[in-house]
Order: sequence, then structure tokens, then C-alpha cells
Amino acid sequence: MNPLQGTLADKVGLLILLPFLGFLVNGTLAFVRPRAKGVITAVGVGSVAIAFALAAGIFGKMLGSPDAPPLVKTLWPWISADLLRIDVALQLDHLSIIMALVITGVGSLIHVFSAAYMGEDPGYARYFAYLNLFVAFMLVLVLGASFPVLFVGWEGVGLCSYLLIGFWFTDAQNAAAGLKAFLVNRIGDAGFLVAMFLIFKHLGTLDFIAVSRLAPTAFHSGDAAVTAIALLLFLGCAGKSAQIPLYIWLPDAMAGPTPVSALIHAATMVTAGVFLVARTNVLFALAPMAQSVVAVVGAGTALFAATIGLKQWDIKKVLAYSTVSQLGYMFIGVGASAYAAGIFHLVTHAFFKALLFLGSGSVIHAMHGAYHHTHNHADAQDMRNMGGLKQYLPTTFATMWIATLAISGIPPLSGFFSKDEILASAFARGPGGTVWYVVWAMGSIAALLTAFYMTRLMLYTFHGPNRTGDAETAHLHESPGMMTTPLIVLAVLTVIGGAINLPEFMPSAGWLHRWLEPVVEAGSRIAGTPELPRGTTFGLLALAVAIAIAGIWLAWSRLKPAALVPAAQSPEEVGFARVLYEKYNIDELYDAAIVRPLLWISRNLLWKTVDAGIIDGGGVNGTAFLARTVGWLGTRLQTGRVGTYVVLFVIGVLAILGALTR
Amino acid sequence: MFLAPSLVISAILFTIGVVGVLLRRNAIVIFICVELMLNAVNLTFIALSRQLGLDGQVFVFFVMTVAAAEAAVGLAIIIALYRHRDTVNLDDINLLRG
Repeated sequence: MNPLQGTLADKVGLLILLPFLGFLVNGTLAFVRPRAKGVITAVGVGSVAIAFALAAGIFGKMLGSPDAPPLVKTLWPWISADLLRIDVALQLDHLSIIMALVITGVGSLIHVFSAAYMGEDPGYARYFAYLNLFVAFMLVLVLGASFPVLFVGWEGVGLCSYLLIGFWFTDAQNAAAGLKAFLVNRIGDAGFLVAMFLIFKHLGTLDFIAVSRLAPTAFHSGDAAVTAIALLLFLGCAGKSAQIPLYIWLPDAMAGPTPVSALIHAATMVTAGVFLVARTNVLFALAPMAQSVVAVVGAGTALFAATIGLKQWDIKKVLAYSTVSQLGYMFIGVGASAYAAGIFHLVTHAFFKALLFLGSGSVIHAMHGAYHHTHNHADAQDMRNMGGLKQYLPTTFATMWIATLAISGIPPLSGFFSKDEILASAFARGPGGTVWYVVWAMGSIAALLTAFYMTRLMLYTFHGPNRTGDAETAHLHESPGMMTTPLIVLAVLTVIGGAINLPEFMPSAGWLHRWLEPVVEAGSRIAGTPELPRGTTFGLLALAVAIAIAGIWLAWSRLKPAALVPAAQSPEEVGFARVLYEKYNIDELYDAAIVRPLLWISRNLLWKTVDAGIIDGGGVNGTAFLARTVGWLGTRLQTGRVGTYVVLFVIGVLAILGALTR
Repeated sequence: MFLAPSLVISAILFTIGVVGVLLRRNAIVIFICVELMLNAVNLTFIALSRQLGLDGQVFVFFVMTVAAAEAAVGLAIIIALYRHRDTVNLDDINLLRG
């Protein structure tokens, strides 16, 4: 019997139910009493906070019996059709509890932050309803015990993402950004669906535990079938986690409120792809080719997005591309079968990127407030309009620097350990194929760029003279305590977060590694986990630190915030800088190569030819025309003259007589 | 005995009736032609009843009864028609036109 049975762990369903109830209550309040801010805040923040307390309690129980097998709690049967039997079941294991803790923990902090950030918004109740619904779906995603249940959460968070990106939907641009995110994700979801069909075809089940058990015997390593499954699953991951070629929706997703960007588009939802690869590690381990694809795409995305981040002026756009880049790192990790390292970076990234986004939210809040006071319509998110904010926003300034150092990989902050472990695990695979050295090199260059663009962001935002405007400067002030407290908590987590998985030469090293061992053990065993000699490990560590310091030093010495002018007076970029500023024109390329041809085909072939021409013209109007013609012929017989009828009548009689006497 | 001639006469009468209905335009003449066809049939019934029993003769009474009723109703319709339209020429009447 499972030692977790009968303990608090049995209440795992409550984890999802709490935020869902919060959604129902706040969703109702949004209609009947949208101004009841006290109740809305209590329900919105409270439901997630209680869920976090519950998750922590369950985690405590699991710590007590670390060897317990996964607890699968079947709630009710869902689909039962011949061979296909799917239950709505939740799987509580070492991986899902870590994810649940991150989601509810970081989620609670962001909910608290939101209460202040969104305080003046008329859609306050709607906002918290969406946010609670998101947390509920995200928990379904990580706690689901089978692919279909996970998929419900997967689509649910996509829906919430759509709703929150387009939260200020009266601006057509925001609505379009939401739509773009939704549509790009559909491409990935199609891959995910086909992967599920293939898994069911080959293994006859969709439960994670059964799939992990059956796959090693049903497939040989490198089989076409399992490779196809892994690649299609990764297509889904690339959509959800914004990897090349489907990353384009994430930067646009910044149209949503900033806490949403922190929660959904940095800390939790976009990491669902990494989680999925870790969850299905056996399938990926059986497909070495797919693993290489995952790592190469991850490395390519990490480097590519980092270069774009170098030249963005919108503070949130920099962070968005940074997120895309960091997600690339996570995929390098899980692609190199270092699942624990990937999840480790997921966790630390959730801390420091949520902190960075909330910090940028605090900055935007201050900027927006200042511009609002003076009725200035300048861009509150453009770094060229900021500068010198450190004296106005000291807490935000300090916490964001901590996160910047962490993401750059300065020891002993959390990002250093997680990023280094990923790069080391890619390097360790080097003897198995040169591609891994390339992956490692790309990751290392991306690390240099990361340190550079993050320092650039800090320099332009907080250092140098202020460029907001003379009238506005007086109105710049630090955000309220409800916003700075989450920043401080996240900063603490950013500092100490690395402790959960220290490198092996340190005391109590690799805790997360050992904790996740039961989940990823099967995949690691198939794929193998090459060990690096201790000297190489130290060498890589030293190199990582050198790269991080080099990146920061480069930015610090080369960039002169004093020389910057406000956005309205800035000259146009030229040369390669312009290419980077325009994001390699990938959006325009997609527009010309995919969107427009697709629209053309849809409009001219599918709509005007097939729908309007064949179906409407031939099918609908054609049958109507046929009926009308036959009817018209019939009416010609109806002359109204008795003579005609008699003639027809006689002809009929003669015909019948002729037929009878023949 | 007289079977063959009777049937021939009956057929001729019937054909005259049909042709009359088909070709004539005057409602009363058509009406008379219909009566002619009924009586041609009656003649057939009578002729055949000599060999096949009295059933045919019973039928003749029915036909005559129906014909009488029909004459009453039909003539009434024709008179009503004439009062409304001042004509009994069926070419001028096409109320049934669809």
C-alpha cells in the first residue's frame, strides 16, 4: 500500500478545486459586484495561497516517505470506449509536487502583487477570475495522470493565456496579440494530438505510468514510431514553450498586464513544454534523434532570442526574449537527458524571471503613474524614457539587480547553478556526437549575451540621468508595499534557490536530482548519463563565471546611459542593430511566407472556389435550381383546361390497359 | 348469341363517347358523351350477364343510379357555370390552372 494513502496527499484534488472555486466566485462577482474589491482580493489571493499551503503540506508528507511510488488518485471515469479507457485521475509524484509548489508559490506572490498593480482597473474581478482559472488549469496540467487530462490543462492554460493577453481587449492590438498566441499554439497542439493518437495506437494506453512501463519493451531505441511520437510531442512543447519556429507569440503576449507576463509567460505556463518532456522522458530517451532535435532547437532558440534581446527598447520585450532564450536552456537540459537540470532551471527561472517581470511591472507602474499625472502619452515601457530610476524605486532597483545577476549566472545565485548544470550536461554528451559541443557552445554564447542584455536593461532603466521628463520626475515613486513585498520574497528565493541542487562537490549536493530520480530514472537509464571528470566540471564552472562577468563588464563599459535620449528623439538604428531591433523580421517573413499564402488559399480556393463555388453553387443552389426546373416543367402540364386533363387521363388509362393486357 | 355484336356496338359507343369528350368543347355535349360511355358499359354488362350470371345486371342498376345522380349534379354545375360566365365552352374556362 502506498504510504501516502490516507494522508494529506489524498486531498490532492483540493489543490485544483480551490483556485477553481476562486474562479467561480470571482467570475460571478465580475458580473454582480465588480466593485467589491475586498472580497475579490480575499478570494483571488486567498484561494491560491491556501492551495500553496496545502501543496506545502503534501510536500512535507512526501518528504517523510521519499520512496513512495506515485499516488494516482482516480476521481471519476471520463471516457470509456472499447479499448480506450480514460479516467480523470491525478498523479502525485516527485515531479508534479515540485511543479505544484512553484505554481502555487510563485502564483501566490504574483496574485498579491496583482492586487496592488491592478487595483485601479475596472476589470479587477474579471482579472482575478482569469488568474485563478489559470492556476487551476495549470495544476490540472502538472497533476494529470494521463495525456488527455494533461491536455485539458494544456488547453485550459492556453485559453487563460489568450484571455489575459487580450485583457485590455478594447485595444485591437492587444486582442490581435491574444489571437496570435492562440493560433500559433494550435499548430503545436495539433502535433501533441497526433502524438497522443500514435501513443495509443502503439501502446494502447495513455496513462503516464503505463506508457513509461510499456514503451521500453514496445519500442526499440530509435524506432521510427517512437521518434515520430517524440518529435510531435516536441512540436506541442515548441508551441507552448515558445521555441523556434513557434516562439513568435510570446513577445506579443506582453500586451497583457505585467503580472500576467510574470505568472503565465515566464514562470509557469511556458515551462509546460519542459515539464512535458520530463514527464515523458522514457519516450524521448528512446528516440536519440528527437533528443538531439530538442537540444539543438533549444540551443538555437537560446542564442537567437538572446541576440534579439540585445536591441529591444521595450523593457517587457527584453524580458520576453530573455524568457524565450531561457526556455531554450531548459530544452537543452531535457534534450541532454538531464531532466533534473531542466526542471532545476525551470524552478530557478520561475523565481528570478517572475522577479524581473514583477520588477518591470513596478517600474511601469511608476512610469505610468507619472505620465498619467502630467497627461503625457509617451511610452511608459520604453527604456529610453526611463533612466536613473534607482533613486525613485530603490527596492525594485535592488531586487532586480539580484535577479539580473542570477540570470547572468553569477555565483552563488540560483541561476548560476541551474544554467551551469545544463551546459555541463550538454558538454558531457560531447563524446557521443559533435552536435553536443555545438549545443554547449551556442548555450555559452547565449549566456554571454544574456549577461549583456540584462545589464543593458538595468543600466538604461535605473542608472544614468533620468529621461522621463522634467514635469514627470516629481511623480516617480516606489510602488506600495503590496508590490515590493513579493519582490523581496522572490529575491530571497532567487538567492537561495540554487541550494536545492548544488553541484556534486558541495555538501548536500544534488537534492533535486535525487528527489526527481524516481520520475526520470527510466529515461536516464535508457539514454545514459555520462559523467564529467571533476577537473572538467570545475573548468566549466570557472568558464561560466568568466562568461557571466565578461557579459556584465562588456555592457557596463560599452553602454553609456548618459548618452541616451528619450524615445521621441532617438535616431533610427542602422545596420545589424536595425536587423536585431526589427527581430530579424521574422514576423514579416512568416506573414509573407505563411500567413498571406494561407489567407490567399483560404479566400480564393477554399472560400470562393470550394465553399462559394462548389458547395454553395453546386450543392445548395444547384439542388434548388433542379427542384425549381422540374417544378416548372410540372406546372406547364397544369393548363387549367379540362381538355388537357382528359387527354392525359385517357393516355394514362390506355397505358395501364396496355400494360395489363400485354 | 348476340354477344359479339353487342360487344362491338358497346365498343363503338364507348369510343364515340371518348372521342366526343376529347374533341368537343361544349360542356353539355361532353356531358352527354360521358353518359354515352356509361351506357356503353351498361350494354357490355347486359351482354355478358347472359353467360356469367345476374351480377352484371345488378351493376347496371347501380350505374344507372349513379348516372342519374351525376346528371342532376353535373347539370346543376353547368347551369351555375353558365350564370357566372355566360358560356359553357370549356376552352374559355381554366380556373384549375396551376
